Amino acid sequence: MELLVAIIIGVLTCCAVFLILRARTFAVMLGLTMLSYAVNLFIFASGGLKMGAGAVLKATADYADPLPQALVLTAIVIGFAMTAFLVVLSIRARADLGNDHVDGKLPVAKNTRQGASS
Amino acid sequence: MIELLFLVLFPLIGSLVPVLTKSWSRSYSALATAILPAGALALVLQLAPAVFSGATLFYTLPWVEALGLSLSFRLDGLSLLFALLILCIGLLVILYARYYLAATDSMARFYGFLMLFMTAMLGIVLSNNLLQLWLFWELTSISSFLLISFWWHRADARSGARMALTITGFGGLALLAGILLIGQVLGSFELDVLLSKADVLQQHSLYPVILILVLLGAFTKSAQFPFHFWLPNAMSAPTPVSAYLHSATMVKAGIFLLARMYPLLAGSDVWFLLVTITGMTTLLVGAYLALFQHDLKGLLAYSTISHLGLITLLLGLDTDLATVAAIFHIINHAIFKASLFMAAGIIDHESGSRDMRKLNGLWQFMPVTATLAMVASASMAGVPLLNGFLSKEMFFAETLHQDVLGALSWLIPVLATVAATLSVAYSARFIHDVFFNGQPKGLPRTPHEPPRYMRVPVEILVALCILVGLAPQYIVGDLLAVASSAALGGPLPHYSLSIWHGVNLPLMMSVMALTLGILLYLNRKHLFRFQAELPELNPLQLFDQKIKVLLINAQRWHQRFESAELQRYLLWMFLIVVVLLIWPLQQMGQFTRHNAMLPVDALMLAAMLVAVIAAVAAVLCQRQRLLALVMISIVGLVVTLIFVRFSAPDLALTQLSVEVVTIVLLMLALFFLPHKISRASNAGRLIRDGAIASVCGVVIGSLSYAMMLEPQQRISDFFLANAKTGGGGYNVVNVILVDFRGFDTLGEITVLGIAALGIFKLLSRLPLFKPSSDAEGRQWALDKHPMLLAVVSQALLPLALLVSVYIFFRGHNLPGGGFVAGLITAIAIILQYVAQGVDWVKQRLTLEYHRLVAAGVFISALTGAVSWLFERPFLTSWFDYFQLPLLGEIELASAIAFDLGVYLTVVGSTLMILANLGKMTTEHRPVHEGKN
Repeated sequence: MELLVAIIIGVLTCCAVFLILRARTFAVMLGLTMLSYAVNLFIFASGGLKMGAGAVLKATADYADPLPQALVLTAIVIGFAMTAFLVVLSIRARADLGNDHVDGKLPVAKNTRQGASS
Repeated sequence: MIELLFLVLFPLIGSLVPVLTKSWSRSYSALATAILPAGALALVLQLAPAVFSGATLFYTLPWVEALGLSLSFRLDGLSLLFALLILCIGLLVILYARYYLAATDSMARFYGFLMLFMTAMLGIVLSNNLLQLWLFWELTSISSFLLISFWWHRADARSGARMALTITGFGGLALLAGILLIGQVLGSFELDVLLSKADVLQQHSLYPVILILVLLGAFTKSAQFPFHFWLPNAMSAPTPVSAYLHSATMVKAGIFLLARMYPLLAGSDVWFLLVTITGMTTLLVGAYLALFQHDLKGLLAYSTISHLGLITLLLGLDTDLATVAAIFHIINHAIFKASLFMAAGIIDHESGSRDMRKLNGLWQFMPVTATLAMVASASMAGVPLLNGFLSKEMFFAETLHQDVLGALSWLIPVLATVAATLSVAYSARFIHDVFFNGQPKGLPRTPHEPPRYMRVPVEILVALCILVGLAPQYIVGDLLAVASSAALGGPLPHYSLSIWHGVNLPLMMSVMALTLGILLYLNRKHLFRFQAELPELNPLQLFDQKIKVLLINAQRWHQRFESAELQRYLLWMFLIVVVLLIWPLQQMGQFTRHNAMLPVDALMLAAMLVAVIAAVAAVLCQRQRLLALVMISIVGLVVTLIFVRFSAPDLALTQLSVEVVTIVLLMLALFFLPHKISRASNAGRLIRDGAIASVCGVVIGSLSYAMMLEPQQRISDFFLANAKTGGGGYNVVNVILVDFRGFDTLGEITVLGIAALGIFKLLSRLPLFKPSSDAEGRQWALDKHPMLLAVVSQALLPLALLVSVYIFFRGHNLPGGGFVAGLITAIAIILQYVAQGVDWVKQRLTLEYHRLVAAGVFISALTGAVSWLFERPFLTSWFDYFQLPLLGEIELASAIAFDLGVYLTVVGSTLMILANLGKMTTEHRPVHEGKN
């Protein structure tokens, strides 16, 4: 199961990095959202994976590690705030600059075959 | 000895005096400026007897004791000598400048900078801590820059100041590196600790590096070859500045540093070679070039370089007597050179020119000034019965006792005589060319004597030249003795300060130098012709060119990295992350299992397969944005499932509710972003990005796997053990959030609030564009608020609010809490916006979301602050149990109040973000009040 989670983290990171490297703001937003999934899972996994362990204190002796959970909980909320800021920033950029390229301007085409690339 | 602190504070405060007395008449303002340095001088004189009796005075003001940082001053013989020079000449310069500055020059600015410089100099010579010394050292560079560029409207002043700052600033950095290394090796920056540890330092392998770095600092400051060229260019400063900074004090700071560090650094062959060769080269080059200057101040500048070289050479010779001679020459040079600069300034002031080709026969116009200048330059040339002669004799005597160069040791006295000859020649030129040699040619005005008091400083200094020359032991004997013993850090050698030592070799050298120098001057035409045939070398131009080339190259490199392309930056960042991670991963070796692995079950396998497919699909169809969004939300749901499966109900709840708001947010974003998406990147770029992304994925995946296989060393057992007893809750995650790490949470909700405010500001006055159809040209649905959704959502609202209240209160003991409850409330209200429209909600809900956010952060912070009332640290929590009728036992905890703050902030921020974005196309769009 650990291997499975590691693979998920790897695949999410891979897709996220690829999306973040795109030139359009929406793709970058998607990438960041996905990267935050990967990062949250990564931090969560650092406490070790436990199935059926106690989440609240009671008579059982086996508990899931609460510290990474607390960290990830705030990370999820802050991640949302950051994504939201980014979204609004790109909306504003689009409105003020007239395009949704991450540099705020469309690249000058080097030759016609490439066109308005990326 | 608190007086030592006052010594530095007086001129520092004094730098404000000229500014405050700006409206006074010039004389009164100058007088007021002089009061504080005069007070400092009185303090020095009061402390002097103690120093003369052999004591070293200290004053320490502790600052950051844990780091060993304190304000630390010392006053020993060497500091005393320099403090006296700085203050006495400083006072004379204040008087002189009063008459020198034109009515249009800002006296307040000039005196202010001058006093700042005086502070810096006093700081250097009084510091007992090397870092503190360095701080003042840099301050001299800066105040010197300001003073050189005093006439900032002149291009030469600006470039001269820039050059001086560049060179001395570079040296200052080298010095800092040297000082830090000394601290590293010897474990202290305090001079009184360091000075006795010469053996340890000189045995250390870093000693040559330290020595070179410190020498770089000293040599750049004291204009030693090959860094000498900044000094002549600094002559574009007003002459009082040249007299003060560039002859008597600042350029001596380098020499002072050499003398100060002498007990610590000197005594090795490296020291001898570096310092002697530099000193000798500077001595000769300076003296030779001085001869060819046509500018009066240029001649004096090169002469200063040459004399500084002489002092450096003496310190390099590394015998006790040579050091005494060096200290003696510091005194003598300061006296005669300052007076010469002032005389040059008078000539410039009263005749309008400094060009020696125009200045001739001034004797008839200003006989008194001429006499004074002649005495001073005779002292510079080393004529007997004047102070310059005495130290030059000592210098000659010392050059005769050298044997480190072996069979070549005879070179040292010979070169010394050559330099002295040149010095006689340029002194002769200064006298003969300016005051005699025919009539002035084309001067802008007829020269005359200066105002009475402008000459007083020169008179005082020239009188000192003669007095020291006639009765050296009586005038400066004691001062020289204490200063030398402080520089040597040990007992004084035997020496005698008298004007007649009998007919000996040094005297013969002097006579030879005088004769040959006069001869050289008389035959100067040949030499000038020879010099004129050499290619012109303008250091200023050369320097400017080099700087320009440096800037162009720097810009080129800069542009290569800072290309204003986000994609390129990100590429670099990911590459660096990968490279940094691959190395330790490779070091880790094979994966080894320490714990039993969890078994794979079919449900999770299927869920994760779905997530992988969805993630890849999101990438593949990223240009069909709505589809990509659906894919992303599937991934989010699987992540929620993972949290559920691995015993993290709190996370699952939070993730699920954040998922909802995120998707709503991205849906709104889709509306505002372009609907038509142009072609994707070219193939090469796709392959490159794909490769980097894959490597990132592989590296991060392997890292996670390796991490999960490692044996767990948890610190969480502490939280598990103390959650109930210390925090009063069974839900450990929640207790960590609101209690153990409450301060972090407070920070988090503050960030959340700030982000929401930022979004509000970004949205206000957003240029509106309202697409009327989607990418395929379909009109938007006419039915904006479907009846079914409206009805259901209305019914859901109280239910959802009830759930959020329940989730909130059980949070301390069961999964839930402020974050989740806040998100649920926000979603319930957002649903109303979606289903009923902004107008409908606005009529019924008059909440101001900003206030909600502010109230939330305030309540949380206040809960933390209440602990102060009970004299506990910030955010200490409190809880207790009460028996209530009907309800039974109930727990009250301060954490509930804190969580309430979290709840309010989350609700406020989320609604502020989503509702404002949603309002954009309505008449309620946010408009920030105030100017456009």
